Amino acid sequence: MIGGLFIYNHKGEVLISRVYRDDIGRNAVDAFRVNVIHARQQVRSPVTNFARTSFFHVKRSNIWLAAVTKQNVNAAMVFEFLYKMCDVMTAYFSKISEENIKNNFVLIYELLDEILDFGYPQNSETGALKTFITQQGIKSQTKEEQSQITSQVTGQIGWRREGIKYRRNELFLDVLESVNLLMSPQGQVLSAHVSGRVVMKSYLSGMPECKFGMNDKIVIDKQGKGGTTDDSGKSGKQSIAIDDCTFHQCVRLSKFDSERSISFIPPDGEYELMRYRTTKDIILPFRVIPLVREVGRTKLEVKVVIKSNFKPSLLAQKIEVRIPTPLNTSGVQVICMKGKAKYKASENAIVWKIKRMAGMKESQISAEIELLPTNDKKKWARPPISMNFEVPFAPSGLKVRYLKVFEPKLNYSDHDVIKWVRYIGRSGIYETRC
Amino acid sequence: MPAVSKGDGMRGLAVFISDIRNCKSKEAEIKRINKELANIRSKFKGDKALDGYSKKKYVCKLLFIFLLGHDIDFGHMEAVNLLSSNKYTEKQIGYLFISVLVNSNSELIRLINNAIKNDLSSRNPTFMCLALHCIANVGSREMAEAFAGEIPRILVAGDTMDSVKQSAALCLLRLYKTSPDLVLMGEWTSRVVHLLNDQHMGVVTAAISLITCLSQKNPDEFKTCVSLAVSRLSRIVSSASTDLQDYTYYFVPAPWLSCKLLRLLQCYPPPEDGAVKGRLVECLETILNKAQEPPKSKKVQHSNAKNAILFEAISLIIHYDSEPNLLVRACNQLGQFLQHRETNLRYLALESMCTLASSEFSHEAVKTHIETVINALKTERDVSVRQRAADLLYAMCDRSNAKQIVAEMLSYLETADYSIREEMVLKVAILAEKYAVDYSWYVDTILNLIRIAGDYVSEEVWYRVIQIVINRDDVQGYAAKTVFEALQAPACHENMVKVGGYILGEFGNLIAGDPRSSPLVQFNLLHSKFHLCSVPTRALLLSAYIKFINLFPETKSTIQEVLRSDSQIRNSDVELQQRAVEYLKLSSIASTDVLATVLEEMPPFPERESSILAKLKKKKGPGAVSVNELEEGKREGGELNGGGERGGDSSTSAVGSTPSPSADLLGLRAGPPVTAAAPSAGSLLVDVFSEAGVNDDGFLRFVCKNNGVLFENQLLQIGIKSEYRQNLGRMYLFYGNKTSVQFVTFTTTLNVQAKPVEPLIEGGAQVQQVINIECLTDFSDAPLLNIKFRYGGALQNLTLKLPVTINKFFQPTEMASHDFFQRWKQLSLPQQEAQKIFKANHAMDTEVLKAKLLGLGMALLENVDPNPENFVCAGVIQTKAQQVGSLLRLEPNAQAQMYRLTVRSSKDTVSKRLCELLAEQF
Repeated sequence: MIGGLFIYNHKGEVLISRVYRDDIGRNAVDAFRVNVIHARQQVRSPVTNFARTSFFHVKRSNIWLAAVTKQNVNAAMVFEFLYKMCDVMTAYFSKISEENIKNNFVLIYELLDEILDFGYPQNSETGALKTFITQQGIKSQTKEEQSQITSQVTGQIGWRREGIKYRRNELFLDVLESVNLLMSPQGQVLSAHVSGRVVMKSYLSGMPECKFGMNDKIVIDKQGKGGTTDDSGKSGKQSIAIDDCTFHQCVRLSKFDSERSISFIPPDGEYELMRYRTTKDIILPFRVIPLVREVGRTKLEVKVVIKSNFKPSLLAQKIEVRIPTPLNTSGVQVICMKGKAKYKASENAIVWKIKRMAGMKESQISAEIELLPTNDKKKWARPPISMNFEVPFAPSGLKVRYLKVFEPKLNYSDHDVIKWVRYIGRSGIYETRC
Repeated sequence: MPAVSKGDGMRGLAVFISDIRNCKSKEAEIKRINKELANIRSKFKGDKALDGYSKKKYVCKLLFIFLLGHDIDFGHMEAVNLLSSNKYTEKQIGYLFISVLVNSNSELIRLINNAIKNDLSSRNPTFMCLALHCIANVGSREMAEAFAGEIPRILVAGDTMDSVKQSAALCLLRLYKTSPDLVLMGEWTSRVVHLLNDQHMGVVTAAISLITCLSQKNPDEFKTCVSLAVSRLSRIVSSASTDLQDYTYYFVPAPWLSCKLLRLLQCYPPPEDGAVKGRLVECLETILNKAQEPPKSKKVQHSNAKNAILFEAISLIIHYDSEPNLLVRACNQLGQFLQHRETNLRYLALESMCTLASSEFSHEAVKTHIETVINALKTERDVSVRQRAADLLYAMCDRSNAKQIVAEMLSYLETADYSIREEMVLKVAILAEKYAVDYSWYVDTILNLIRIAGDYVSEEVWYRVIQIVINRDDVQGYAAKTVFEALQAPACHENMVKVGGYILGEFGNLIAGDPRSSPLVQFNLLHSKFHLCSVPTRALLLSAYIKFINLFPETKSTIQEVLRSDSQIRNSDVELQQRAVEYLKLSSIASTDVLATVLEEMPPFPERESSILAKLKKKKGPGAVSVNELEEGKREGGELNGGGERGGDSSTSAVGSTPSPSADLLGLRAGPPVTAAAPSAGSLLVDVFSEAGVNDDGFLRFVCKNNGVLFENQLLQIGIKSEYRQNLGRMYLFYGNKTSVQFVTFTTTLNVQAKPVEPLIEGGAQVQQVINIECLTDFSDAPLLNIKFRYGGALQNLTLKLPVTINKFFQPTEMASHDFFQRWKQLSLPQQEAQKIFKANHAMDTEVLKAKLLGLGMALLENVDPNPENFVCAGVIQTKAQQVGSLLRLEPNAQAQMYRLTVRSSKDTVSKRLCELLAEQF
């Protein structure tokens, strides 16, 4: 189990230090600083081990969060907890920054006391936490309210309190996906996957029961069994194969296992309903075609064409192409048809930005790079060209089929709930070798 | 040096550096640097010529970026261009960049060397200095090759400026240290020595560093420097504090130069010329006198400088070790320092006294300070000083004060620091043994030692006490009584149980008469400790029990009961189980006579070097108190107390090596003695560690064997494993680092092909090197192996003969008697035969001889020679060029302890060589 938790700023100064177990000494704080934050080489592994102590760290902007243990713990669990911890902190004081942490350190210690007990993760649901850890100080509560807190913290549905009431019952559903790609210069896909999240915001009265349906292959096939073989083949085309997924704790897993239906009592406010990953039949929104020509020892010609590959009616946004330049670049001339392109010496790359681009279009950039002859005989490693963008559809092909709400006790039905659905596809690591 | 004018401050550089300093994170810093690098690259692109100032600025930036830890792979050309500038600041930056960032790019090196050459031949002293500094900073072999001839010329030229001379001397010193083979002084020697007479003190100071280093390598060539150094020293010492103006440091005239002069003199024996010697003694007396004068200043720098000279002078006095008067004065001076406020001074005084104590003239004088030293040991706050005090006590100990010192050390041991306890224990053990007049005192002391600091008593210490008790019958009873009493303490250390078990097992009968220590009581006492002990101790106790059965038949049933119990006979430890089973059977089957023979009292141990001393030596490592001196004293002591009466026992030393059932119990005998008759009788302690001639010894040992340790000293152990087939051989060399410090730049060179060896040996680690050998034709000289490495800062150099001898390529040939004599006759030409008659070096043991001849590689032919005492062998030496058949005959003469060795082979050189090799072996 987690033995302790430390938060450092970028200089390695300790902002928060909370030790849960005796086997973690004070020197562990320094060990992490010396060996990871101030290490000579950049430490890339998120798990490091010094003197029989394991450190799991994540970095949020300039802030390091490190969980420490001497035991053989489930690393995935620790990271899940650290991410959750980040979420909780963001929910309480928006951005995780040195200043915010310093200003809220009492709150953070309070939170740490609540979400970790003797190193075992506890309830880390923001909605629930906010009911008894507040930033305003505890208002004097009535006996009933106090007893409610107890039943809520210890009860079966820890993530939702009773007696919530809204005038307008509303539901927001976002499908957020990030698409990752590595492509060879010839256009062959070397690896590609989509990791997606279904994020919901619910403002519903009472204790409603929800049911969520999407075009998951297994579910569709199951339903298709009753119909004709033709039908199943047809619907199979639209369905997607999910490689793996995880759910929010509110989802009834037993029901998912037996009936493949996702039913749950939602927490109030914002939460992440599920997370998933797909690797098959991905729609790649952009295709990058690089052309690099070395003209002698002192010159390099680069031409990059990007093609958008989705419905012409849709618009991609915030497109950014990053073309790495050799380390001995001494000058760059760029010509591009669309958007703006600039050589950024500090990042050793040409950055080409396009605000908006419709589907089934193409655009190109050409650059002339002058090189300085060096003593080094090493050849340039040719790092891949990377890309960033945002598209209004789900590259995995996921579709929300239905989202039903039942509240037997209160008198509103599924039709009375206003539902909003939105798809956003973003680039993860989207690279093409050149 | 021209001052840097205001206009030369580089604003761009300052801005860049402050930008870097202001960066919040590593990423930001990298971004800033990338930006700057791109900027510099675009500037260096070459379409437009840069002026000197901007070139300098950008080279500076590159240098700064490099020093921050980033790779720089351009800009070298620009830096080299700066070298040819006429401005001092530009040249300086150019040289700085080259010194820091030089790489073995052949093209650039040529350009750099050219620029340096130009500067060296210019008349401008600052440029010459810059060039010299650059050569010294780089100090590579290429530099040495290019300039080693030029620099001495500059150094001794009459028209060179003083500052350049200084730089030249130091630069030459640096080149000499990195590649001594390239710096040949030859013709310059006398002129360099005469630099000691130079007007300018700075030149003298620089030159003396060079001369000290050079004279350490070839003392004879620089012998003339002694008289010059003495006259220089006397001039400095006798000068008033105001005479030397710039070179007076807090009222002390030229302290650094004086120290260096004194250090140079320590490289040589005392001067033979009376006048010079007189002058030197006068100088030393003056220095000692000055120490007595009241200080001219209260500043700490003044006293530091004065004391530095004083300590250097005292080391010179100790080095000469011939002036009793000076030695005693030095000792008294140090005695004053023993009570000085300054901790460093106390430390140094104790350290110097350690060496003084070993001189015959000052030993008595040192002894007068015993109370102070003991006091220092008890009350000193600094542990390193206490350590020195303990060293000094050890060094000043002799028969007159041994009891006092040992008692003090013992009482101190109870509160001593953990870090020095083990060493203290060893020292107490050695002193107690060395100066023991009465062995009951010795036994008391060691038992006390085990009681007080049992954890730090190493195996060697208690082995030694048992050896001594067994070898001396007069203390056995007393020892048994004492251990019996010591064991009665409720908690006693395991080492005590070991000693107790062993001694009671051997000599329990001597105290059995007393009803308080009757056999059963003894046994119960020992057995009560049994369960608290580790496995080796339990094994020892089991052996003690079986000895009890022999000594006291009345305890037999009790002990058998114990042995039969499940916890013994079914013990999970194999050793214990085996002992229990065997001893049980032995006690129940064997008759009393057999039992008495098997379990007889241990024979006296053969005399050899005290294992404790070896251990202390090992602990000390290099550079500690000279161990040889201690040994010297030790040998004397040994003769004083042990010699006379021990004479008669020498004949029994051979008995020690015959196997007896429990002799190996202590693991005291380290393998079968190779040289059976090595330790002669007489002194109690024989030094087998002497290192003289060890290189050749190692070589000769390998004539008849292929594996073993070729060389060993305190730092390095070299092991060899080799195999030969026909004319091919393969040799594995194992280099073991015996220290805890790593050896760097470890190289071996050999005039045979060898795979390179790892350049670094970690402390305690071992590396391996493989050598493939092919014998082309017959040879007589063994290949030489040259080993170089750095240990700490010092370069170690070692040359060894590789044990590859002609006999390694022997193929044994079996033949009948008839064949043998036929061939013997065929090889009858006088030059084909080599004969030698020599005295036996070792005992004439037939089996040993046989083993040696077999190891030689020839076939040993039985039933060939009519005289069964003689040995004949036959073999063929396989070389690539030819095969050489060889026959050998060895005739021992037991009465005269002589051998006659005859070798006949088809090639005269082979016979001769074989004969020489073998003659050393028997």
